[in-house]
Amino acid sequence: MKPIIELKNVWKTYRLGETNVHALQGINLRVEQGEFIAIQGPSGSGKSTAMNLVGCLDTPTRGDVYLDGKNISAMSESDLAQIRGRKIGFIFQKFNLIETLTALENVTLPMTFQGIPEEERLARATALLKQFGLGERLDHRPNQLSGGQQQRVAIARALAIDPPVILADEPTGNLDSKTGKEVMEFLREMHKHHGKTIVLVTHDDILATRADKIAFLKDGQIINTKKVGGNHK
Amino acid sequence: MIADYLRLATGSLRKRFLRTSLTMIGIFIGIAAVVALISLGQGMQDAINAQFASVGSDKITIQGASAGFGPPGQDTAGSVREDDLRIVRQVSGVAIAAGRLFRGLNIEYADETKNEFVASLPKDQKERDLVIEAVNLKIKHGRQLKPGDKGKIVIGYNYWAEELFPKNVPLGANLLIQGKQFEVVGLMDKIGAGRDDAIIMNEEDLRDLTGTKEELSAIFAQVAKGETPSTVAERVTRALRRDRGQKEGQEDFTVQTSEELIGSINTILNVVQAVFIGIAAISLLVGGVGIMNTMYTSVLERNRDIGIMKAIGARNSDILWIFLIESGLLGMAGGAIGVALGVSLSKLVEIIGRQVVGDLLQATFSPTLLIGAILFSFLIGAASGVMPALAASKLPPVVALRGD
Repeated sequence: MKPIIELKNVWKTYRLGETNVHALQGINLRVEQGEFIAIQGPSGSGKSTAMNLVGCLDTPTRGDVYLDGKNISAMSESDLAQIRGRKIGFIFQKFNLIETLTALENVTLPMTFQGIPEEERLARATALLKQFGLGERLDHRPNQLSGGQQQRVAIARALAIDPPVILADEPTGNLDSKTGKEVMEFLREMHKHHGKTIVLVTHDDILATRADKIAFLKDGQIINTKKVGGNHK
Repeated sequence: MIADYLRLATGSLRKRFLRTSLTMIGIFIGIAAVVALISLGQGMQDAINAQFASVGSDKITIQGASAGFGPPGQDTAGSVREDDLRIVRQVSGVAIAAGRLFRGLNIEYADETKNEFVASLPKDQKERDLVIEAVNLKIKHGRQLKPGDKGKIVIGYNYWAEELFPKNVPLGANLLIQGKQFEVVGLMDKIGAGRDDAIIMNEEDLRDLTGTKEELSAIFAQVAKGETPSTVAERVTRALRRDRGQKEGQEDFTVQTSEELIGSINTILNVVQAVFIGIAAISLLVGGVGIMNTMYTSVLERNRDIGIMKAIGARNSDILWIFLIESGLLGMAGGAIGVALGVSLSKLVEIIGRQVVGDLLQATFSPTLLIGAILFSFLIGAASGVMPALAASKLPPVVALRGD
């Protein structure tokens, strides 16, 4: 299988005052197309940094990051934005909806940045929100929605441009266990029936076992990669 | 795309309503001042131009150099004389010329005395016609003065319609002028421009009252058909200069065509307007700085939104546009309120002004002014937003997302 994401000897170094902090130290990671992978590690292990690189939100200090065969390491911010907009759907722990926009407007936004015509945007966003049981909440703003509903809006937004990769950063962290479970079921469903590549970033080892493969991160290095075959419970 | 940017921008402005309103104050005060000043200035110019248009552009006025724009009826305007009138009449290109005398005299009626402006009409009928046309003297009730009339006067609009004295002066009433009795035979129509307080009498009567013999306040000349007013005015100037033995630039008299007169009034109005607009521009500048400040705050507060938008595919240029439109809208909303306020303000001044100085003060609102003011405030807003918007667009998404 062809890798959709590949990190080759990736270093990320931040300068903190006088000292250099190596958040990532020569990471190698291969994510196959249609794979469900979890990046697991305690806080401070460098998993947020890894997620930023996998999500094309940042470029490495050293090494190469390939997305769909393209090296993004030296790309300009605007080119990265275009790639993110087309290839990656983000689901964040804190939902990260835009407070001043309605649920419908939040979901249409990624399509707006891709220049998709308004009619098509509205139709697709409405259909997605209905699919997630939010058909009655199209005109609600995030502060008028529960946590679970907000995360469902965020998921609809991540799917708006039908990206091949979904990047979920602690997607259940701010949800109760029941809603959290629903979100995880949805990720599996996207993986199994829609062939999406899922990258789940979490500190939770039980959550991580829902993936096909887990990459353990510690002190900026991948210390272990193992196949788990997807825990469906 | 623009519609989407607009939606994002208005959402943010609505959410911060109080701050948005406070920020707009700076812009709308400036715009209100500009709109009020320009509309009143324009209205005033229009009114003056209209008055001159009724006089016609073929008239020349010769006055003592001290006369200028001083209040009428003051005895400073005495440096033209009957001799000058004779000289002017002989200048080639002058069809007809007439002298006038103006004086401020004590007028008594209904137990009240006021110092008002009295002007003369010349003896010759043709000259009278010239003066009547040049100063727009129309009789509303009664009759115009005849050359032989003695002890008769025609009174201005305010005497019989606006209670200049405790009661309105009717036709046939008697007024005491410098203690001498005069009968009202005609009531003048409204002229405006502060000229409705005037009394007109025959030149002999006014000379008797004031004891002046040769003195004149002004000479009016009509240019012959086919002659250019400015050329004839130049000839008049030369003739008078020669008579007085004065060098160019040292004349103690002025010769103005009606076009020049209107030109110099307009110049003064323009200078006054420019000064006021300059002051208003300072307010606009301060308003612009206010918008810039608000937009910087907004960028800081919305770091997270910027990060989210970038994560889901917004390019730097998208973010730049959203913030530029937001600051432009801030300016434009302020401008729209400012225009409304400015229009009301100048209407108010017009209503008050009508009571005090007559029709001269009126407001004219051209579409160019109103639309221009709104567009201009949009531009001020957008320009003030350029730096904050650039700052926003250059935020790295990772840093912006962390701003939580």
